[in-house]
Formats: sequence, C-alpha cells, structure tokens
Amino acid sequence: MNGNVLIKVNDLKKHYNGGTVKALDGLNCEIKKGEVVVIIGPSGCGKSTFLRSLNLLELPTSGEIIFDGVKITDPKTDINLHRQKMGMVFQQFNLFNNLSISDNITLAPIKVLKMNKADAQKKAEELLERIGLPDKAGAYPQQLSGGQKQRIAIVRALAMSPDVMLFDEPTSALDPEMVGEVLDVMKELAAEGMTMVVVTHEMGFAREVASRVIFMDEGIIQEEGTPEEIFGNPKCERLKSFLSKIL
Amino acid sequence: MDKLIDNLIIEFNQFVDKFKFVFIEDDRWKWLVEGLGNTLKITAVSLIIGIIIGVLVAAVRSSFDKNRETMKMHGGLGYYALAMLNALCKVYLTIIRGTPVVVQLLIIYFIILRSVSDGNVVAMVCFGINSGAYVAEIFRSGIMSIDEGQFEAGRSLGFNYFQTMRYIIVPQAFKTVLPTLCNEFIVLIKETSIAGYVGIMDLTKAGDLMRGRTYEAFMPLIAVALIYLVIVMILTWAVGKLERRLRKNER
Repeated sequence: MNGNVLIKVNDLKKHYNGGTVKALDGLNCEIKKGEVVVIIGPSGCGKSTFLRSLNLLELPTSGEIIFDGVKITDPKTDINLHRQKMGMVFQQFNLFNNLSISDNITLAPIKVLKMNKADAQKKAEELLERIGLPDKAGAYPQQLSGGQKQRIAIVRALAMSPDVMLFDEPTSALDPEMVGEVLDVMKELAAEGMTMVVVTHEMGFAREVASRVIFMDEGIIQEEGTPEEIFGNPKCERLKSFLSKIL
Repeated sequence: MDKLIDNLIIEFNQFVDKFKFVFIEDDRWKWLVEGLGNTLKITAVSLIIGIIIGVLVAAVRSSFDKNRETMKMHGGLGYYALAMLNALCKVYLTIIRGTPVVVQLLIIYFIILRSVSDGNVVAMVCFGINSGAYVAEIFRSGIMSIDEGQFEAGRSLGFNYFQTMRYIIVPQAFKTVLPTLCNEFIVLIKETSIAGYVGIMDLTKAGDLMRGRTYEAFMPLIAVALIYLVIVMILTWAVGKLERRLRKNER
C-alpha cells in the first residue's frame, strides 16, 4: 500500500431544514490509494450521507472534498468528469430497468468515455465472465436475483475503470443466502488493490477485508483504526455500546 | 306471418330511401368526408403542437425541480433564467387547465388570432396549446414516477443531467405514460368537435348541417358518432400494440 492520498475531506457539513438536522457535522477524513475503508455506525449516524457526499450525489452544506488533487466541492469543477473515476454501488442496485445487462454495462463507457462499441462489449463480457455470469448478457434486470443484480451493478461501475469504488450498504437489500456472493466479488476487488469505501453492516467483512474501520455517530467520526483496534479494543463508549448491540 | 314479412320489407325500403335521401342526394356524404378530413387534420397538427409544447414545458419543470439545489449553489444567471421559465410554465398550465376549451377557442378566434381567416389554423393553434398543458403534466408525472435511484445511478457513472434524462429516464418514463398519453389523444380527437363553434366544418358540424338540411336527426348524428368511435378504436388498438411491443423486450 502506498501513502498517496486519493480523497481528502475537510470539515464536511450537511445540514437539513435550515440547520436543525445535522447529518454531517464537521467531518474530517483521508482515504489513501489502495485502502479499503469500512464505515460502520448506528442507523441515522450519517454514514450513507457521507458516502454519497464523496461523489456529490449529496451536496454538502459546507466543507471541502479533494479528490485526486482536485477540489470537487468547488462549483467550477465539472463533477461529471470526476464521477467517472468514482464507481458507486447502491443498496437498491439501481440497474437500468429498460436496458439489457450488456447495455447496462456498456452504456456509460460508450456514451461517456466514447469507447467504441466492440471494445466496450468485449470488456463487458470479460467482466461478466469474472463474476460468473457470462450467460446473462442478454437478460434484463427483472429476470435476475438480487445477488446477481448487485454483482452486475458492481461490474457496471467497474466498466468505467474507476480509481475508487463507493459501496452504499451493498448487501442490505439482499436475501441472506445471496449476501455471500456479493461479498466475494468485493473481497476479490479488495485483493486486487482497488481503493474502496464501504458502508455496511457486515462486520465479518469489515474484520476480514478492511484496512481501516471508521465508526461514525452524530455526523462525525467517533473512532477509527484497524479492524483489530475497533473490534478488539474499542475505546469510546458509543462504539462499545454499538458493538455490544450488534455482535 | 306474410304480413309481418311484408311490413319488414316496407320498413327496410323506407330505411334505404331515407339513407339515400340523407347521404346520397346532393352528394351530402361529401360533407361528412370533408368534415372528417378537417377533424383529422386539426387533431394531427394539434397533437404535434401539443407534444412539442408538452415536452418543452415538462423539461423545464422537471429540470428545475431536480436541479434547483445544485444550480442555486453554483449561482449565476442559469438559475434565475430557469426559475423564470418555470414560473412562466406554471402560469401557462394554470390558465389553460383552469378555463374551458370552448372559451379558449372563442378567445383565440375572436381576439388573439382575429386576423387569421383560416378557421382550421385557429383550431390547430387552440387545441395544440390546450393539449400541450395536459401532455406536459403527463410527461412530468412520468419523469417523476421513475425511481430516483435510476437517476443517481446515471449521474454516478458520469452522465450529465441531459444524458441521464435521454438514455435512462425518458425511455422508461415514456413507457409508463403511454396509456395516459393515448387517453389524452382520444380526448383531443373528441374535443375538436367543438370547432363548429367558430364556423369550422369538422365532422360534428357536418353531421349537424345534414340534420338541419334534411330534418333527419337520427342518421347523420349516429353516423358521426360511429365515425368517432371507429377512429378511437383504431387508435386504442394501435397504442395497445405499441405498448405490448415496448414491454416485450423487458421480459
């Protein structure tokens, strides 16, 4: 792992209803290239808001986000350009329902990266092969199981060759027997050195794969450290009580 | 028994005579043809005007709703321009949907387009503008009905707002609104029947003229009703076919 900072977050705030609800309340954070950062915390603690702020799907009220040396929170920055480099996987998969699996994967490379169709399709086939779904290229999202949809969604993001992958509770909407297949794809990605930021409730995954675990509550980072530190030797009371409830 | 059959034959002959008198004599059937032609022309052109207006207004309204926050943050003229357009669209929708179409037709004919002598053109403009308001709301509701996640997925892949709309949202929205849109077109065809108010010879007016000339109400009016019915049935069938085709590629 090298020490290059890929994403730097300074004093990030997200307030709703004129400041009465503070989803993010001055959050600071650095994510280095090749790191797998897992964010945990009680529901409503702002972890999804934080993740969605990283590619500005959620507009911060104040603070800055610097991605690959560019301040993307600056209104003058063309965010579309930088989103190409930040793959995102959603809880509800969000595959494009009107397009075949193959088109789901190739649409952005063709239209956004201007890749030619044959190359994009070849890449899609390779990616589908990798997750063990090569025969689904012609299928439509409705025909797939949740686990298959989520693996396709991961591949769709990967087709853009992103520098970082953001996962927003990728297994929370899945039937229990399908969680494993999605986590396996994520583990493989991590092993290949992909920079990943993962919001999840899968503590097993956090323990096994994370290079760093961040515990959030009340819109800020309460504690962070290696999985051993967080799960083995939690310091702050909130984290202790959180862990006692879920483990 | 024989008497009954005789009576039936007499009745039938009377019917044929009446039919000949109403439709064939003086070539009155040509009125119906002319009226039908005008009805179809008015409907077709106002349909196109309505869709163009509808798409534009829906685009402005939904763009404003979806981008308000971002644009406000970025500031600049763009936000105010879009906010102005949005307000204008709202005024248009309120006026058109808040007044009867007959009144709109009379206002356009006697006041706004007084210098235009061709009644058909006036009718096309009037029904086009009227239909546009309804089509706009149909399209907007279609866009709003698509799950926000589809939109976010598009944006997260690097598509800009318009690309996301074009490749992901609008194709899905179109499929959703097709039945409602079809309904609006059926309403439009029948709504044009008020064109006679300003002296336009549409299908309804033609039938009414025949009634006045022949003092026979039954045949001309039932004929007009049947023609409308057939047009609507053909349209319903065609849209149903299109709908099935659009659905098929998802299964």
